[in-house]
Amino acid sequence: MDLEEYRRQAREWLEANAPRTAEDTGGGNPGADGVAAAKAFMAKLYDAGYSGITWPKEWGGQGLTQAEERAFAAEAAAYTLPTYVFSIGLGMCGPTLVDLGTDSQRRRFIRPLLRGEEIWCQLFSEPAAGSDVAALQTRAVETDGGWVVDGQKVWTSVAQHADRGLLLARTDADVPKHKGLTMFIVDMRAPGVTVRPLRDMTGRAHFNEIFFDGVHIPAENVVGRVGDGWNCAVTTLLHERLSIAGGVGMGGRKDDPAAFEALRRTADTTDPVVRDRLVELHIRSRALALFNQRLAQETRAGLFPGARGSAAKLLLAELTVFQADLATSLAGPEAVSWDEDDDAGGRLAHALSLAPAMALGGGTNEIMRNIVGERVLNLPPEPRTDKNVPFKDLRTSGEDAR
Amino acid sequence: MRLVLTPEQRELRETVRSFLASASPPPAVRRAAESERGYDPAVHRRMAGELGLTGLIVPEEHGGSGAGYGELAVVLEETGAALLPGPFLATTLAAILLTETGEKDLLAGIAAGTTVATVVLDGNRALCGAEADVVLSIGGDGGDRVLARTGGDRRPLRTLDPTRRQALVEPGGEVVAASAEGVARARDLFAVAVAAEQLGVLRASLEAIVAYSKVRVAFNRLIGSYQGVKHKLADMHCTLEQAESIVRYAAWAADEAPDELPGAAALAQAYLGRACFEVASGSLLLHGGIGFTWEHDAHLYYKRAKADEVLLGPPRAHRARLADLLEL
Repeated sequence: MDLEEYRRQAREWLEANAPRTAEDTGGGNPGADGVAAAKAFMAKLYDAGYSGITWPKEWGGQGLTQAEERAFAAEAAAYTLPTYVFSIGLGMCGPTLVDLGTDSQRRRFIRPLLRGEEIWCQLFSEPAAGSDVAALQTRAVETDGGWVVDGQKVWTSVAQHADRGLLLARTDADVPKHKGLTMFIVDMRAPGVTVRPLRDMTGRAHFNEIFFDGVHIPAENVVGRVGDGWNCAVTTLLHERLSIAGGVGMGGRKDDPAAFEALRRTADTTDPVVRDRLVELHIRSRALALFNQRLAQETRAGLFPGARGSAAKLLLAELTVFQADLATSLAGPEAVSWDEDDDAGGRLAHALSLAPAMALGGGTNEIMRNIVGERVLNLPPEPRTDKNVPFKDLRTSGEDAR
Repeated sequence: MRLVLTPEQRELRETVRSFLASASPPPAVRRAAESERGYDPAVHRRMAGELGLTGLIVPEEHGGSGAGYGELAVVLEETGAALLPGPFLATTLAAILLTETGEKDLLAGIAAGTTVATVVLDGNRALCGAEADVVLSIGGDGGDRVLARTGGDRRPLRTLDPTRRQALVEPGGEVVAASAEGVARARDLFAVAVAAEQLGVLRASLEAIVAYSKVRVAFNRLIGSYQGVKHKLADMHCTLEQAESIVRYAAWAADEAPDELPGAAALAQAYLGRACFEVASGSLLLHGGIGFTWEHDAHLYYKRAKADEVLLGPPRAHRARLADLLEL
């Protein structure tokens, strides 16, 4: 089928099946009814051939090219598809399994992930291991036929709905920190898993904290090799940064009340200062959009952008804070106090409260700058005191779970 | 939209880069800049003759190669990175103006490399205005005429940028072409051409400080290992990525999407002018005291960056144009 025909069919399918406007999903975080509706939509999407467009056919994908994926995305841009709860699975966990999973893992997990039957979350960060995620303290101890996990994870998006999690745990504290980690697939419904919503600065619970209390994981759920979890995590994080920068599952930018298109309708552009601020927002938005398109074209040409995805993620984080700041400054008092019935003020206030998330989630701006400096520009690394010391001898923040 | 180079464009880049590395390396740039003419005519002749670069965008029927702005941007990025002294950009602007307005006699000489031409910019200034054989200006009641003058008053100016001269010139002369549409398009294409040069200046400034950060030691460490340095360089790299994306887009619009050209050209000048100066300035500062010396090249990039930023008018003019085009 040629691309034009593919795109025409996608357009028709979306017209017939996609919800035209999204209900308020709590900042992309739906309730139980919303999850059921999202799962039903995802199943239809998969059955029509529009989920996992570029994923390998043998594991349940469509085996098509980026050209088809782009054609579909271009048509889908007119809608706000209810795919938020699947974004972690589609953007990070699934691609990691495609890269590193065993054949039986791929056979078991990829298709239900793409069809929305199983929701995935990612379990790396801990209260005492944020930017320094390799300092994590959740332990996995080998037992008959598997592993037993104890510890705590945090900042876990969609965990309250998740069926599966991609878990990073310490399996050996007697070797240096990066060498004693292992990646697992964990059943989020297993006994001993407790998920607690964590209220963030927006007042909503976009993510959760997770407690593991003697949770059993079967041996076949190890991803990659035992002790090679750090390298596996690096693969996941590369996918994460690319998917954040590319806007996978971040909700349509078109709905953003702080974006250029929204501000040009509301701001007083007869004021030359306001006009120039909007020009600045346009310049920065276009510059980043073009950079993302260039990265996508390079990927299609076979050049993997690798750590340059971190540059795009850093720029997006800075743009997000810049535009939320600008939008609220331009709006004036209405952005900080508003009548209950006035949605506009509340939306801007929410955008300002949400803006720091982009600069913190998926690696802080400082970590992104380290990555760009060391892996793109090949600058010399910071001297490290933690690399060749057994993990059990390192200093840790907070409670020591060793 | 195409934002990545074709294999042919990459080849062209390598050709120009290696030519400039041998024909106009940094010591030769300084010698040329301090010479009487301010540039090495032999280098300009070879660029025109051997490499055919002065006629790159000139249509084949007028003796050029009929290539596009994607190719021209690649070449100007390299001449910018090398801080090539002399009339290459001036002659290129002239070629753009004449090509867009359908002139052909002068174009043949430019493509052949026998005519050095320049274009009168704001305030009757022209790049290499004293050295050029032909001075072009835009005139007529509707601003749609292209006029050419071979003599006229030429008053050399002192310049901030030692690597490229400017002069006050006398506009006017004989009408050689007329096209309101062609003149308007040429003005946008000037913006694209200068942005491509700025991309080269930006890239070379960043490469210089990245290389220095890997060899300079302070407090028993390479300075590139300090986050105070590393994080600034990472931000400059982000600027480079966006700058290159915008230049590729603007060149693509010049070649393939005439409706998008005005917006792309204004975006290119509004972004590249600031970006190039900020990176050249950041690079100079991170070099420390050595960057402030006459012997070090950092100040040459810093000065070229500023000269380019205001070449087609102050930054606010490009931002105002963008606001108009966005109907703000």
